Amino acid sequence: MSDDALKEVPLGDAMNEAPAGENYGGIMKDGLWEQNVVFAQLLAMCPAMAVTTSGTNGLGMGLATTAVLLVSNVLVSLIRHTVSSQVRIPVFVVLIATLVTVVDMAMNAWLHDLYKVLGLFIALIVVNCAILGRAEAFAVKNGVAAAAVDGLAMGLGFTGALTFIGLIREFLGAGTLFAQASNLLGPSFAFLEMKLPGYGGALLMILPPGGFAVLGFLLAGKRVLERRLAEKSAAAPAPAVA
Amino acid sequence: MTPTAITAQPVASPHAHGGNSVTRTMFRVQMALVPATLYGFWLFGWPSFFLWLLTILSCLGLEALSLKMMGVTRIKATLFDGSALLTGWLLAMTLPPWAPWWVAVVGGFIAIVIGKQVFGGVGQNVFNPAMVARVALLVSFPVPLTQWVHPLPLTTLAAPDFIDGLRIFLSSLPQPDAMASASLLGYSKTELARGIDLLHSLAGEHAPALSWIGARSGSLGESASLLILAGGLYLVGAGVITWHTPAAVLAGIAIPAAIGHAVDPAHYLSAPAHLLSGAAMLGAFFIATDYVTSPNTAAGQVVFGLGIGLITWIIRSYGGYPEGMAFAVLLMNALTPVIDRLIKPRILGRDRRGKPLDIPAGASQ
Repeated sequence: MSDDALKEVPLGDAMNEAPAGENYGGIMKDGLWEQNVVFAQLLAMCPAMAVTTSGTNGLGMGLATTAVLLVSNVLVSLIRHTVSSQVRIPVFVVLIATLVTVVDMAMNAWLHDLYKVLGLFIALIVVNCAILGRAEAFAVKNGVAAAAVDGLAMGLGFTGALTFIGLIREFLGAGTLFAQASNLLGPSFAFLEMKLPGYGGALLMILPPGGFAVLGFLLAGKRVLERRLAEKSAAAPAPAVA
Repeated sequence: MTPTAITAQPVASPHAHGGNSVTRTMFRVQMALVPATLYGFWLFGWPSFFLWLLTILSCLGLEALSLKMMGVTRIKATLFDGSALLTGWLLAMTLPPWAPWWVAVVGGFIAIVIGKQVFGGVGQNVFNPAMVARVALLVSFPVPLTQWVHPLPLTTLAAPDFIDGLRIFLSSLPQPDAMASASLLGYSKTELARGIDLLHSLAGEHAPALSWIGARSGSLGESASLLILAGGLYLVGAGVITWHTPAAVLAGIAIPAAIGHAVDPAHYLSAPAHLLSGAAMLGAFFIATDYVTSPNTAAGQVVFGLGIGLITWIIRSYGGYPEGMAFAVLLMNALTPVIDRLIKPRILGRDRRGKPLDIPAGASQ
């Protein structure tokens, strides 16, 4: 056993490769809902709490993370047969750091206003546990196509969660929706920006306690919803299993 | 010592039930609040009554809603144990008397749903629900929560009648400047910030001595410090609370205040001014003594109370907010589990460290 541990075994061979990599619908569903980074895995809480002071910030952060996650999953999947398990973590981190630097510089160049708001948190995508988590849990065990779908699904699930939390906090805290969305999406999306007239806003929702409170209520809501759905499907006649 | 030994029917001694219950305790606390509340109504008129009523109603309504959503079957019994009513009452006592209606509703939501039911309901909450709501409201809505109206006793002509009171309560229009006023703590802090020391700013109509009769602006329960004190003493006398926590809170404020005032009366308010201002009395007798969120031992309660008093004085003297009782209570609530862990009652037959006591030689078996 100890000899095996010392032997440099390529990752893809060491871990039992999951054969069912073709169930793309299932992977999408996992990423968007069942295994949602924020609402199910409770990973990446730092950006999920710190950045979601508005819908636009959440969307921007989510899209940046999605880009990194998609490419990192593909690259990790590509090199899974050549990297040994002993050095995999440094290799993954170097890969992810490179990608984050690219995204960071690209946002600084083309989305400068949003970059000024998100600033530090873009660089912190490097240590976003969701990205290393997906590399470890999925990409090293699956083919390139499946890893790409997983990265996209997880990233979009993360984006959706961040945007949703951001919208709720922004609405309750400042009475606006998608404020400064044109910074991110271009002037043609200025129609998204809404403001509730005559509402002063509850500052607490913008502050960290508001983030935790919103997340808590959303988690509770998701669990209630899932239980209702489970009860409903249990009550309905079970479909014949082939 | 199996767990069943604790829950089993006691057989050895006669165990009489004291007749006490959550409902009875809550009722006594509410009785103790009545004089100060009535005085507040007289002082600030109909708007303060509507605020008080709606705060309590929203607390009760949201409690019922939470219980229903959680699938509790004994909603009525839990609802009328008086705990939600008391939470709403205490919250209303800390609000500016002319605060608009939505402050009452949002406050009730934060107190009952976020402050209490999320943790599992009565007896489970870590923080005092009324203080959670007070702090959340203050941080969220700084302007309506710091607008103090000048006292307009109901018997005076300028006091709003029933309809006008309702109008003030339901519209969130800013109050006319002529009616606005500052509480003693807020006023002295503002004047100090402007570079006017207390010896000058507290002369004339802002003299702390006016605090004694309570006819001054402030929260609903802030003006009537002496009536709150009387209610608190009734609670101590009736055995609902012990003297440890309130005495420690008041000492925690008074001792540093007396020292500061003796050293530099131009920059530090005197101890009586501190004790009769803001939430000192309400906090000491009604907030800090909450069974759920304070330590269990007398020694622990003294530490807890001293901490509240000291933090309150520090925030009042050096902090950004003029009053710090709510923050102090929340901070010490967070420390309560630690205090309970460090200060434990001695077990019979063992010393404080838990070692068995030496049996004196010659003691009969």
